[in-house]
Amino acid sequence: MQTNFSPEQLADPHVAESEKILRKCVHCGFCTATCPTYVLLGDELDSPRGRIYLIKDMLENGRAADAETVTHIDRCLSCLSCMTTCPSGVDYMHLVDHARVHIEKTYKRPLKDRFARSVIAATLPYPSRFRLALRAARLARPLAGLLKRVPWLRTFGVMLDLAPRAVPTASDGARAAVYAAKGTPRGRVALLTGCAQPVLRPEINEATIRLLTGQGIEVVVSAGEGCCGALVHHMGREEQALDAARRNIDIWLKAAEEDGLDAIVITASGCGTMIKDYGHMLRLDPAYAEKAAKVSALAKDITEYLAGLDLPERVPRGLTVAYHSACSMQHGQKITLAPKQLLKRAGFAVREPAEGHLCCGSAGTYSILQPEISAKLKDRKVRNIEATKPNVIATGNIGCITQIASGTAIPILHTVELLDWAYGGPKPAGL
Amino acid sequence: MPETIGFLKPRQAVLDRRREIIADLAELLPEGCLISDERGLKPFETDAFLAYRRLPLAVVLPETTDQVSAVLKYCSRYGIPVVPRGAGTSLSGGAIPQEDAIVVGLSKMSRILDVDLFNRTATVEAGVTNLNISEAVSAEGFFYAPDPSSQLACTIGGNIGMNSGGAHCLKYGVTTNNLLGVKMVLFDGTVIELGGKGLDAAGYDLLGLVCGSEGQLGIVTEATVRLIAKPEGARPVLFGFASSEAAGSCVADIIGSGIIPVAIEFMDRPAIEICEAFAHAGYPLDVEALLIVEVEGSEAEMEAMLRGIIEIARRHGVITVKESQSALEAALIWKGRKSAFGATGRVADYICMDGTVPLSQLSHVLRRTGEIVASYGLRVANVFHAGDGNMHPLILYNINDPKDAARAEAAGNDILKLCVDAGGCLTGEHGVGIEKRDLMRHQYSKNDLDQQMAVRAAFDPQWLLNPSKVFPLEGRPAA
Repeated sequence: MQTNFSPEQLADPHVAESEKILRKCVHCGFCTATCPTYVLLGDELDSPRGRIYLIKDMLENGRAADAETVTHIDRCLSCLSCMTTCPSGVDYMHLVDHARVHIEKTYKRPLKDRFARSVIAATLPYPSRFRLALRAARLARPLAGLLKRVPWLRTFGVMLDLAPRAVPTASDGARAAVYAAKGTPRGRVALLTGCAQPVLRPEINEATIRLLTGQGIEVVVSAGEGCCGALVHHMGREEQALDAARRNIDIWLKAAEEDGLDAIVITASGCGTMIKDYGHMLRLDPAYAEKAAKVSALAKDITEYLAGLDLPERVPRGLTVAYHSACSMQHGQKITLAPKQLLKRAGFAVREPAEGHLCCGSAGTYSILQPEISAKLKDRKVRNIEATKPNVIATGNIGCITQIASGTAIPILHTVELLDWAYGGPKPAGL
Repeated sequence: MPETIGFLKPRQAVLDRRREIIADLAELLPEGCLISDERGLKPFETDAFLAYRRLPLAVVLPETTDQVSAVLKYCSRYGIPVVPRGAGTSLSGGAIPQEDAIVVGLSKMSRILDVDLFNRTATVEAGVTNLNISEAVSAEGFFYAPDPSSQLACTIGGNIGMNSGGAHCLKYGVTTNNLLGVKMVLFDGTVIELGGKGLDAAGYDLLGLVCGSEGQLGIVTEATVRLIAKPEGARPVLFGFASSEAAGSCVADIIGSGIIPVAIEFMDRPAIEICEAFAHAGYPLDVEALLIVEVEGSEAEMEAMLRGIIEIARRHGVITVKESQSALEAALIWKGRKSAFGATGRVADYICMDGTVPLSQLSHVLRRTGEIVASYGLRVANVFHAGDGNMHPLILYNINDPKDAARAEAAGNDILKLCVDAGGCLTGEHGVGIEKRDLMRHQYSKNDLDQQMAVRAAFDPQWLLNPSKVFPLEGRPAA
């Protein structure tokens, strides 16, 4: 596309990067077709091409974000389906990242939105606060309907609806420690335990550690690691996101220096997409650019790592699994085959629901901040999954697990829980 | 870039009533179906012919035929131009608006209304994408045949407007050969139905007239299309040649011998490199030109047809022949081909030509195209529907350089004139739009053009539907 930036504007490396991205777009419109919000709303402003145009106009004119532009950027799920579709290689992810930071810097949201966003940013990334909030939510659930009627408190009403009915107790199975490999040692990895996932489903990291150590992999869970920063990153709170990134980088590189690391294993694909992008996010920070690139190169989704271990074939167990590919898995990290192949090898019959490229509507904080669109996407996703008549649903991202679980009675597990079971672990609860 | 293609001067009377018009439109439509602020209008200022841009007065996104009718009735009453828009994928600028126009976008009308497998028809709203139709009937073993490369995104309404083609049209025909009926809103708001579920209807073939009328006779809101049973098997085969001329004459000989495969697609070396880098389809990188020939039917039928084609290709010195070995490989071969234009965006900006020539002229026109583009100091990539002579030279340039852009446009005009002079036409499937409008005089005599304009005026005497398109601005009858 034609662009119109002054040399002064291009002196800003972020603008220069966005200009390069915009130049690649040929406005062919392919991206509209696979964008969940365009498919639902039928308005080009709620499509990648429309958003790219809105962002271009805002940046070229060096203008503060306005309500209209913010509305349509906010509706973007950052599912990155458009990037899978785009034949021209437009790096929409980094363009919309830039736009979100620009919005956060130049646009004053209504006070109620600022309040809700601040509460989210101060709670979700911190496991102890998040667990406390979920416990409180259980008690307050009867108030959800009431809260949703008060514009000021609507977001909190939505959060009460989304909060799980039971909150697991804090897990001991994945506390900071070095978990020794069983049998012949084959490798050593760090495991990101994350923020929301260990609160909502501690079984996932437990299964991961059991499966990996059982395959001869030493697993390091470092003290002090925490949220990857994605939650706040998608809200445009860049400094908070970069701080989270720097903290994790320091901790993992220390573990790497001590005894070497083959990989940093991640069990939530949303976090994986983020950590694989640390190198890009910190490219302008001279103290961290190189370190961040190193961490990004080490980052691997659990299924990506397991695919390299050549796990043995298991006899079929007569269980049908609907595999839901999280957007951050298939579009963000382009991991499409490994999880299905691992499941098949482990003896499961794998089905792929229709419209697999469309987001389930979870998308980090999206289900809280855009509840209407999120709910429609959830219904559509659940319909497509249930049509495959599975015994169980498997996916690789905690957000999807929570979202889809709230719409269906079919059990939903992390892929690694099924694999752990197939390779000697206990039968997952709920099956 | 200094614009060489003009738009009609906006009507001051309409611009002056902007506020009132927007308020009136808001009354006619449900919430969320009207865009009128400048920020929101900006993304609608162009389509995939993005060198030209005009901000519309407003955009409406109706949800029903009745709403389309109400908007058109209002616009005709107050003399407001209307520009219909599907998915905005036009390569000829068919959906580019103008300052005094209301864009009527059909993107919210995207429901599949009826699938009648017994009669092999589907009835859909105009905003349904081309590919959605095939996907909706795929499990039952059917598909909708015309397959523009943008089929993932483009709408059936837009396909009807431009009488779109696609790779598989060599065997199955273009949109007009697969369209059975439409529901259409005339500019005065009248809703009419043309055709039905059969292959022909009594009286004038108005459906044939509407298909390809570029949104100037009315706005199609529903379409009934023909479904075709999927063949037993289908296999794309890659044929690599040492020169474009050899590939071109091979195509002419295949068709000339009476063999009609489903598709014969052509790529030259620049196009092969671009598409391979995107799709990793296994295209040979050591050839100057590539034909993708798809055969279909039973294994025996495919084998027999392939034997005939390979024999002809050998006579033209084919270097490599590679059959796809799996469904995945076949899908990648088509993905690469269908993404060719967008993938070119990785290398350069481009404008895409759409001239069609008799097959006997293919080699000559290919060679001359290369010479013309080179004479402007530019590069070209050729990727097109060779079987029906529908050429798509992509002229590569830098849109941020005004001189480069002007050269690209001039080279494009020369190429299209070359096509017409070779006994072909300006457009095989993308439509005239704004891009080829002023070249229509090169294609048609004054009498021929006058006759077309008289038909157009019969439907829209005020000349307000997509008014800047198709016919040169000078020499139009007075509205």
